[in-house]
Amino acid sequence: MTDIDPIEMKRIRWRSRRGLLELDLVLERFLARRFDSLSQPQLVAYRELLDLPDNDFLDIVNGKADLGDPALMEIIGILRTI
Amino acid sequence: MGIPVRRFDAVIVGGGGAGLRAALQLSEAGLKTAVISKVFPTRSHTVAAQGGISASLGNVQEDRWEWHMYDTVKGSDWLGDQDAIEFMCRKAPEAVIELEHFGMPFDRLENGKIYQRPFGGHTQNNGQTPVQRACAAADRTGHAMLHTLYQRNVRANTQFFVEWMALDLIRDSEGDVVGVTALEMETGEIFILHAKAVLFATGGAGRIYAASTNAFINTGDGLGMCVRAGIPLEDMEFWQFHPTGVAGAGVLITEGVRGEGGILLNANGERFMERYAPNLKDLAPRDFVSRSMELEVLEGRGCGPHKDYVLLKLDHLGPDIIKQRLPGIREIAMKFAGVDPIKEPIPVIPTCHYMMGGIPTNYRGEVVVPKNGNDETRVNGFFAAGECACASVHGANRLGTNSLLDLVVFGKSAGDSMVKYIKEEMPTWKDLPADAGELSLARVARLDNQTGGEEVADVRIAMQRTVQARAGVFRNGANLKLGVEEIQQVAERVKRTQIKDKSKVFNTARVEALELDNLIEIALATLISAEARKESRGAHAHDDFQHRDDENWMKHTLYTGSDRSLSYKAVHTKPLSVDYIPPKERTF
Repeated sequence: MTDIDPIEMKRIRWRSRRGLLELDLVLERFLARRFDSLSQPQLVAYRELLDLPDNDFLDIVNGKADLGDPALMEIIGILRTI
Repeated sequence: MGIPVRRFDAVIVGGGGAGLRAALQLSEAGLKTAVISKVFPTRSHTVAAQGGISASLGNVQEDRWEWHMYDTVKGSDWLGDQDAIEFMCRKAPEAVIELEHFGMPFDRLENGKIYQRPFGGHTQNNGQTPVQRACAAADRTGHAMLHTLYQRNVRANTQFFVEWMALDLIRDSEGDVVGVTALEMETGEIFILHAKAVLFATGGAGRIYAASTNAFINTGDGLGMCVRAGIPLEDMEFWQFHPTGVAGAGVLITEGVRGEGGILLNANGERFMERYAPNLKDLAPRDFVSRSMELEVLEGRGCGPHKDYVLLKLDHLGPDIIKQRLPGIREIAMKFAGVDPIKEPIPVIPTCHYMMGGIPTNYRGEVVVPKNGNDETRVNGFFAAGECACASVHGANRLGTNSLLDLVVFGKSAGDSMVKYIKEEMPTWKDLPADAGELSLARVARLDNQTGGEEVADVRIAMQRTVQARAGVFRNGANLKLGVEEIQQVAERVKRTQIKDKSKVFNTARVEALELDNLIEIALATLISAEARKESRGAHAHDDFQHRDDENWMKHTLYTGSDRSLSYKAVHTKPLSVDYIPPKERTF
C-alpha cells in the first residue's frame, strides 16, 4: 500500500468528478465533510472505488448492489448515509 | 522559454461519444490522433444517457427513415436544417448496426435482432401512430456505447491525454485552426497541441443554470474557446428543461409523482396550478407546469431563503402509498433534498437538461461561419460534433433518443471529413502563429496574480441564479432585458475571479476558474440570443409572443462574443434527396 501524499489527495479530489450528476453530488458532500479526516487505508479504499464505472458505482451507493471487500464497503457505508 | 509543442495529425477535444467516434475514424485511417479529456473517457457525461438511440430498423414495427426525419423536423419546431436531419435519420440504421458489430450489447428480440422500445415523439406515417424506434442496452445505453467506442479506440492506437483541459483554440493569420493549448493537470504545465485538424466534442454546458441535470464537468469548454477565438455560437436561446428537478441538486423527480397525486405549492401554501389550469391542475402538460412554476418564483411566491423554488407535496398520500409506489422518489428526496416526503414537501424547480445550440457546423461536421457574404464558409482545420455542435438537427427542441444518434452519426461524419481534409489538403502542418499560446498563458497569469477579486464559486452561483431566473422556461421581454443587463454585470466579475491555491499540480481551483471563463461566454450568448428572439418556438417560449413566427423568425441565431452582437442565417429547407417538409402547427 503506497502512502497517499497531499498531491495524490488533490488527484483523488479531481477524480471525484464523474459522468453522472448524482455521483458528483454525493462525492462533493463526502469531499467537504469527510475526506480530510480519512485514514490512509480509507483513502486507499476510496481511491479504488473511483475506478468503478459510474453506473456500477451509483448502483452501489444507492444500495442496489454491494461489494465483497469490507474496506470498500466501509467507505460505501459513509457514502450511502452522507 | 517557449511553450512546449506536441504534434499530431488530428487533435480531438472531448472523450465522450462524439469525440471517441470521430477519433476511431482518424486512427483507423492511420492518422496520428490525440484525444484530450478532463476526465477518463468512460466517465464522460455520455454515460448519463439511458433512453436509447433511435434508428428506423423496423425490427419491432414497420418503420422508415423518412418517418424518423419527419418526427425530428417537427420536434425541432422547423428550426432544424433538413439536409442535416435527413443525413442523420438515413444514416441511423447503419450507425446502430455498426455499434452492434463493434460489440455494443443491445437488448435483443427472440429472433436475435435488436429490440426497439417506444419513446415519446417517435411515430409512423408522419405523426399518425407511435412507433418502437429506440435501441437500448438496458438502462445503460450511453455507458455501453462509451465503453464499446473506448475499446475500439485503444485497439486503433488512439492516444489519450486524460486529465488534460483544453484552454484555447489556435488560429493563424488566415483564420485557419492549427491547434489548441491545453493544461496538463498533473503538472500544471501548458502545452501547444499542433494539429492539421482539430475537432471539438466538448459536450453540453448545462452548468450555466442553477438547476441542471448535467454533471459538473459540463462546462461547455469548447464553446468558450470558440467565443474567444472569434467563432460565433448558433441558436443558444434553445435549452431543454424537465419540470421537476430537486432544487439545488438537479436530480429529476419523475412526472409520475404528480400522476400519483402529488401537488405543487407556492410559499403561501397555495396549490397554484388550480389558478393556471383549473381542469388539469398539476397534470397539465410538462412545459405549461414548468412555466407556471417559474412564474410563481418570478412573482415572489417562491419558497426558501432565496425564494427560488416551489414545493412538491406528497404527505397527504400517506406513508403506505409513498413507500409502495414511490420508493425511488423518497430515496432521492431524502438523499438530495434532505427531506422525507412522508413528512415534508420536496423543493423542486424546472431543471435544464440539454443544449440544442452550439458551434455552427454542417452535416459533414465542418465548422462554418459567415465570411465575405457567405453565411457558411468553412473554417479550415476546424470541426465539431455532438452536443457542443449545432448541425442543426435538434433545432428548437430535441427529440428523445436523438442525442446518442447525433453523437455517432456526426462523430463519424466529422471524422471522415477530417481524414479527407488531412489527406487531400494538408500534406504538412501549417505554421503556428508567433503568438500561439499567449492568450492562455495570459489568462492563467491573470488568475495567479489577481488580488482583491471574488471567489470563483460566488461568481458562478451569481451567474447560475441569473440564467435560471431570466432565461429559464418562463420568458418575457422585460425579464430577458433585465437578464441581459445582469449577466453582463456578472461577466465583469468573472474577469476578476481569484483563487487562493496557486500551486501547479492538480489545482482544481484553477481548473474551476478556467471553466467559469467558458461558462460565462455561454451564459451571455444564451441571454442575448433569447432576448432578441420575439416569437415562441420549441423550447423558447416567450410570453409576449406566444406563437411561432415563421415569416420573421424561421432563422438561426448567430452570437458573436467580441462585441456581443447577433446576426442570423437561413434554416436549410432543402433536404438531400427528399421533398421539403413544410411547417405546420406543432400539436400532439
